[in-house]
Amino acid sequence: MTPPPTQPAASRAEAEPAVVPRLATDALTAWYGSTSGVRDVTLACRENTVTALIGPSGCGKSTLLRSLNRMHELVPGTRVTGRVLLDGYDIYERDVNPIQVRRRIGMVFQRPTPFPTMTIAENVSAGLAIGPRVSRTERADIVEHALKRAALWDEVKDRLDDSPLELSGGQQQRLCVARTVAPEPEVILLDEPTAALDPGGAAHIEELVQELKREFTVVIVTHNLQQAARVSDYTAFFYLGELVEVGATTKIFTTPTKPQTEAYITGRFG
Amino acid sequence: MHGRLIRRLFGSVMTGATYGAAVLAILPLAIILAMLLVKGAGSLDWNFFTKSAVPVGEAGGGFAHAIVGTLIIVGLACAVGVPIGVAVGIFLAEFGGGQLGFVIRFIADVLNGVPSIVIGIFAWTWLVKPMGHFSALAGGVALGMILVPILARTTEEMVRLVPNSLREAALALGYQRWRTSLQVVVRSATAGIVTGVLVAVARVAGETAPLLFTALGNQFFSTRVQGPMAALPLQVYAYALGPYDEWHRQAWAGALVLIMLVLVLSLVARAVVRGKRQHA
Repeated sequence: MTPPPTQPAASRAEAEPAVVPRLATDALTAWYGSTSGVRDVTLACRENTVTALIGPSGCGKSTLLRSLNRMHELVPGTRVTGRVLLDGYDIYERDVNPIQVRRRIGMVFQRPTPFPTMTIAENVSAGLAIGPRVSRTERADIVEHALKRAALWDEVKDRLDDSPLELSGGQQQRLCVARTVAPEPEVILLDEPTAALDPGGAAHIEELVQELKREFTVVIVTHNLQQAARVSDYTAFFYLGELVEVGATTKIFTTPTKPQTEAYITGRFG
Repeated sequence: MHGRLIRRLFGSVMTGATYGAAVLAILPLAIILAMLLVKGAGSLDWNFFTKSAVPVGEAGGGFAHAIVGTLIIVGLACAVGVPIGVAVGIFLAEFGGGQLGFVIRFIADVLNGVPSIVIGIFAWTWLVKPMGHFSALAGGVALGMILVPILARTTEEMVRLVPNSLREAALALGYQRWRTSLQVVVRSATAGIVTGVLVAVARVAGETAPLLFTALGNQFFSTRVQGPMAALPLQVYAYALGPYDEWHRQAWAGALVLIMLVLVLSLVARAVVRGKRQHA
């Protein structure tokens, strides 16, 4: 594995001592056959922060997100060039096992996807099946801890053996979050996690994101500008497959430097 | 106004026509069931289910040997055909995107169209002839060979129906492909797969041609799989062609039992689906 690189100052959101960011990309390009979904992205996410990826439909933000945990390559005909650095180590190196990568970088999808043939408790502990063996009591503790962190424990603690399909959409999504955090990943990727939820459910998830950043590094793709402004510390604006601007959320939303960013933020397109 | 009336009338006529078509489709089934009940129900006595064939002219014979024979032969067919067919179906759905999948699918479709008597001849050539005698084993294998392509296609359809988002969620957790396929995808498709199996078994239980020169049939009660064995469709065939009224009576009853078997299997298949849906 390559040793951690020194960080070029230009790609950081603000000047600071050279700390290896939790997650970073270096000239990342994700290809669909011969066209690129997202090009030459260099981005860094510091530990315990929330970075929002925003941009109009088709700008490549979801493609980028899926490249961060090596999900992009699961589609036939796709590939990724460039590097993605987790704690300074390139996850696309030849000898890296993508499965190990996905255990350290978790993902929550747009539609809640509880496993229908498992109970609520089994869903939460689904990620543990592939790690080291845990005893029954340990498993129950992990499930409880994960559900508490997902702010779902109080609502399901009496029905852990029920089917997850009886839960509401918002609860199912929180269940998916619990399932993602149970194996203790380092980074959590959220792909428009509230797009399929009602406002109440969405609000719950947004509160959750703020809680999650205490323990994890979060990257969230969102269509909802107000949501990005509410939950994130840093925001990256994408347009037509390119990273246009990245910076602290307050700065991006009040004094963006690029005209396209300003046009998007003020709703002139997208 | 006039046009509106005509449109409404045309709509009613077409709706009526579709109802009529549905009735027309169900009619033959209803007639068959009614006929079998009328002709066969009377002969369904205790002897029918517990006694085997008796010498011609004597009363009190039954189809016990045929019923047990069918159960054994169909059991053998399942042991052979279900694991292979379901496994191929899972393979096609999960890993069958490329050339190999295309070829397998094509072969399965062709096999699905092969007349069952040809399957029987095949089993005769490769099992009966080398073994030197007819056997229930050969009959079971022949029926199993009919099961495999049917189950491969229905299983593939059912596994395909599992939404891709479920696969992605499992892969994103760090599941390997095999674990995703087996523990998440196939588990979700189990109800559908079981239904497919039950329906295919019901169909195969009534196949006569492949058994003609494999299991052959047997006048006596036998559970020896290496030897010839009676089966419901064979026995119905033999008795129906015979000259005795007693035999004809029993043939009707045998046909009724066969269709009852199909009915029961189909109902169980539905119950499985409904049970899973309620649980889900």
